[in-house]
Amino acid sequence: MESFINMILLTLLAVVTLGVVRLRNLFAVVILGGIYSFLMASVLIVLDAVDVSMTEASVGAGISTVLMLTVLYMTRVEEAKPVHTPILPLFVAGVTGAVLVYGTWGLPAFGLSDTPINTHVGMRYMELSVPDTGIPNVVTSVLASYRGFDTLGETTVVFTAGIGVLLLLRRGVSLARLRRKQQEEEKPS
Amino acid sequence: MEVLQAIAAHYNHWITIFLMVAGLYVVVARGNMIKKLIGLSLFQTSVYLLYISPGKILGGTAPIIDPSIEVYSNPLPHVLILTAIVVGVATLALGLGLVVRINEVYGSIEEDEIFTREDDDE
Repeated sequence: MESFINMILLTLLAVVTLGVVRLRNLFAVVILGGIYSFLMASVLIVLDAVDVSMTEASVGAGISTVLMLTVLYMTRVEEAKPVHTPILPLFVAGVTGAVLVYGTWGLPAFGLSDTPINTHVGMRYMELSVPDTGIPNVVTSVLASYRGFDTLGETTVVFTAGIGVLLLLRRGVSLARLRRKQQEEEKPS
Repeated sequence: MEVLQAIAAHYNHWITIFLMVAGLYVVVARGNMIKKLIGLSLFQTSVYLLYISPGKILGGTAPIIDPSIEVYSNPLPHVLILTAIVVGVATLALGLGLVVRINEVYGSIEEDEIFTREDDDE
């Protein structure tokens, strides 16, 4: 049953992706992107990744969509007709996909417990989390305790990106002001 | 029945690959910069699936310890992807900031129009 629900949600995800690729109205694409993120969050719930699912629903479907809509408001909504034929990109994507599908034959099947990924360090965290940290939610204890430095690095990246966005947009404002000033100075002469 | 089981065993991988390839195609084929960023995030979300699918154990539950439960899914991929999602939105915001700047300078977010404008300037 779990496997069945998982497959249906994944199929819906693929259908929405086709819409995202084909549509040229960017507003529709952004909204489809929101639907895509919510579907992804549902898939993640089925895959038992509840923390990731919450983050994806709030960050992927919330913040990303709002950011995209803001930029659409500042630029334009309709995508221009493609100038080049899409044959070469299709070929590259097709070949990449074929090679990757060929690679899946060597991977273990879905949902087994005796695969390499499920028998090493991940399951050790399950045993040690409560004695070591006293936190029953293992994802929290790994994120904040065992891999605390990882999370520190993550916040550094977010901070850097925030500074970058501020610098880019502030610079835009000051440049526009400079240009307006120049125009005003040129007008009287 | 056996065919169905064989499909179910690798269905997650195939959809992951489809999303990845779709993202790659959008990034390469489309000239609109917002569309390119959307393609990039498609690619990124496919990686979430790539990491989290193998950590799922059928019959297991979310990794929150409780005495009444015996089988849990693997928590480690979840932690890695939590980090990836947040970093992903940070890079998306930076990319969109660049798009806004490009639009201010060139008055367009289409790659081809920007290239022709550059050629005209020279």
